[in-house]
Amino acid sequence: MKAAVITFPGSNCDRDLAEGFAKAGAEVVRVWHKDTALPAGVDVVGLPGGFSHGDYLRCGAIAARAPVMAAVAAHAARGGYAIGICNGFQVLTEAGLLPGALMRNAGLKFICRNVGLRVATADSAFTAGWRQGAAVTMPVAHHDGNYQVDADTLARLQGEDRIAFTYAENPNGALADIAGVLSANRRVLGMMPHPERAIEDVQGGTDGSVLFRSLSAVMAAA
Amino acid sequence: MTAPSLKARVHVMLKDGVLDPQGEAVRHALGTLGFGGVEAVRQGKVIELDLAATDRAAAEAEVRAMCEKLLANTVIEKYTVEIA
Repeated sequence: MKAAVITFPGSNCDRDLAEGFAKAGAEVVRVWHKDTALPAGVDVVGLPGGFSHGDYLRCGAIAARAPVMAAVAAHAARGGYAIGICNGFQVLTEAGLLPGALMRNAGLKFICRNVGLRVATADSAFTAGWRQGAAVTMPVAHHDGNYQVDADTLARLQGEDRIAFTYAENPNGALADIAGVLSANRRVLGMMPHPERAIEDVQGGTDGSVLFRSLSAVMAAA
Repeated sequence: MTAPSLKARVHVMLKDGVLDPQGEAVRHALGTLGFGGVEAVRQGKVIELDLAATDRAAAEAEVRAMCEKLLANTVIEKYTVEIA
């Protein structure tokens, strides 16, 4: 597995995400937001958490128009894998690679703690290492994680089994408790919780490592 | 005499029906301060642009393109453009 982790100005989970891929056996290359191409042979692109461009205008809005994002869109259009975590999820929605929008948390507060999640589908390279319905714990750290889509899109996401994770107890007002969603081809995942912050015991849990290992196993089998 | 340059003012608001937790918090705070009868508050943004353009119609078209591409997220937001 060859993973490319993109750094935007203000990204702060890029090294953690690189570590998440590396611990699952990936070759990791780091990519700057002004790069106009991805390195050859990249299987999966990682868009990290953080506060790209200071969250100015809207979270992820300016990063979504960065030069590298045209290459990410082309990678996704070719059927390449991509995962956006927290701010990376916001970037993917702003770029139109995933539906919906991440709005201000319903309680208006920044939430930074472990949350319980359900693996809503095991039918993706990211979640194949769990059984559907598995209860897992990962940290969230966001101010704008309140996922919203229109009713038609929600029905489509549900009908196509594209909700990847749901919150056991909704912390932010997200519609239908949605914590993560998949693209139509199931190869682009956006999620607010941080799997890369749950890969070693010292972090308080290792549930997140399952995601990186699942991805690695799917790549190895391909 | 050169033609004066134009200013554009863009209003970005959440679409009707999209919950606005910040507006709701402001409404609640106003009630706490004793301002009764505030039935709803919606919070948005105003973005002012100084443009080198001198043609109003072309300027408006350009600013609308800016809104579609960056200034508004049309999944959840609507916008209006004034040229002055």
